[in-house]
Amino acid sequence: MDQNENLDLSDDEKKLFEDLMPEDLNEILDTGVNRRHFLKLMTLAGGGVLAAQSAVAEQLFTKPVSGAMPEELSAAAIENGVNLALNVNGTARKLTVDSRMTLLDTLRERLDLTGSKKGCDHGQCGACTVLVNGQRVLSCLTLAASCEGKTVRTIEGLAQTGSSRSRAGESGAQLHPMQEAFLKHDGFQCGFCTPGQICSAVALLDEARRGDASYVTENVRRKTGPVQLSTEEIRERMSGNLCRCGAYPNIVAAIQEVHSGKPVEQTFRFSA
Amino acid sequence: MRPFTYTRAKDPAAATQALAGNPTARFLAGGTNLIDLMKEDVERPTALVDITNLSLAEIKPITAGASKGGLSIGGLGKNTEAANHPLVRQHYPLLSQAILAGASGQIRNMATNGGNLLQRTRCPYFYEVSMPCNKREPGSGCGALEGINRLHAIFGWSEKCVAVYPSDMAIALAALDAVVRVRTASGQERSIPFADFHRLPGNTPEQDTNLAHGELITAIDLPQNRFADRSYYLKVRDRASYAFALLSVAAALEVSETGNRIVQARIAMGGVAHKPWRALTAEKMLIGQEATPANFKRAADAEMAAAKPLEHNKFKVELGNRSIVLALQMALNGGKA
Repeated sequence: MDQNENLDLSDDEKKLFEDLMPEDLNEILDTGVNRRHFLKLMTLAGGGVLAAQSAVAEQLFTKPVSGAMPEELSAAAIENGVNLALNVNGTARKLTVDSRMTLLDTLRERLDLTGSKKGCDHGQCGACTVLVNGQRVLSCLTLAASCEGKTVRTIEGLAQTGSSRSRAGESGAQLHPMQEAFLKHDGFQCGFCTPGQICSAVALLDEARRGDASYVTENVRRKTGPVQLSTEEIRERMSGNLCRCGAYPNIVAAIQEVHSGKPVEQTFRFSA
Repeated sequence: MRPFTYTRAKDPAAATQALAGNPTARFLAGGTNLIDLMKEDVERPTALVDITNLSLAEIKPITAGASKGGLSIGGLGKNTEAANHPLVRQHYPLLSQAILAGASGQIRNMATNGGNLLQRTRCPYFYEVSMPCNKREPGSGCGALEGINRLHAIFGWSEKCVAVYPSDMAIALAALDAVVRVRTASGQERSIPFADFHRLPGNTPEQDTNLAHGELITAIDLPQNRFADRSYYLKVRDRASYAFALLSVAAALEVSETGNRIVQARIAMGGVAHKPWRALTAEKMLIGQEATPANFKRAADAEMAAAKPLEHNKFKVELGNRSIVLALQMALNGGKA
């Protein structure tokens, strides 16, 4: 794979780096713009230094990081390669993965679906939650090789595309009601856990419709059928998704609104 | 993670044969514990045999044999399905509760019933490869014995290992006298009473269970019982949800129809030993007694008198005592304290 593929800097861009970061120019021409260069550029932008050249800078920032997806690797080129066919967000995908590759890394590094997040990578935070065959699972503890023939839905696949009721701007996509509710209720702060929270919440709705019980369900012997979830039930059922910003009250309100179909008022109170 | 080959088994025979030929091969089911331990370099299999496609997920009534009238739960069924199956919820609510007390919705969707029993300890010294641990590396010593041992055992431990067994599901299965059905490497079937399935550490803490290499859990059989009306799984943890138990109690009572006499009692504890700990002393004391808080307390006192706490987990003795009493009360009162 040609790592220098993305180095076709225009003359204007070269001049930008030459003016602002002369000490880094050779490295940039050699190996491309890396995170450190980018941050440096951002700092300069913050200080207003970039203002004069903003058009060029803006162009550079919006350029795709890499021109093309890595060439498909053959099973023989990878130690313990496994051929895999699965459906991701409605599209059939075929690829060869190292047997060690998790579903999370495959989505992020091979299929360019970076919505699913790597939080702890040990099944303790829920940031990597995706839907496999309709069930919420942790993609960080799922080997990609074990997903042969399965259907995977990630945060990128929740919105409906091509709808006439355009709510999400240019793409013409209609957000999933859970996405809308998270926006309305401010169900996040930094947003890192949000894709996992939303995927988890979407699955939770189906589980409630199915009549699944939880540890806080008063009587698990009661006849099953669609269940109306209390706030306590939602909190218990979402306990596999941590939010370090502590947006929990808003997350629960968003889920309750979609689940009950009725507007939920936010209540603010001091902790006891 | 170290390299390993990945194959999918077509049927149970192919699965057990694949392991029989390779002492460092392992079955892959839900993977929630195994993959994590491989990332930590604690588990180092050279081959994974994916068994998730085998037809061993069914939950069905047992119509013949020793457990006739009971329920058979497939070894490769998911925890979510077992906890929510109408027959489990109706006749073994204790098992539903215990499964639902463990892990998170996501993990229960992945984890299998057989795999749940084979979870390894969450002892931090076992997980941290730079620390000594006889379970991970026999002969290297036990870091927890004289180390930070707040989470560790108060019953049945040895100088070699003070780790506790982490499953919630298994605590209920111990109380319900389940039987583990196994397919051996040579294709034979054998049944293991639940009390004999897990081991105490003794001098070989590296062995968690009495399963031989290559043996496959095909089903877990639950005998018929009269506990469905009065059972409760009480789990005590450092946070309200999604945490392993500091201590848990699975309690089940059968009370005479006239009067308030205890006909049978089952008490199993989690978070206190290297295996699910059946509180047999307390159970025996309760038979024929009236189901009262005072009698529950006397039974709990007798059981916990044998506890041998370590430096940092002395609190588990009083916690265990109160948890037994509370779990029995809640079992008696339909889930209310």
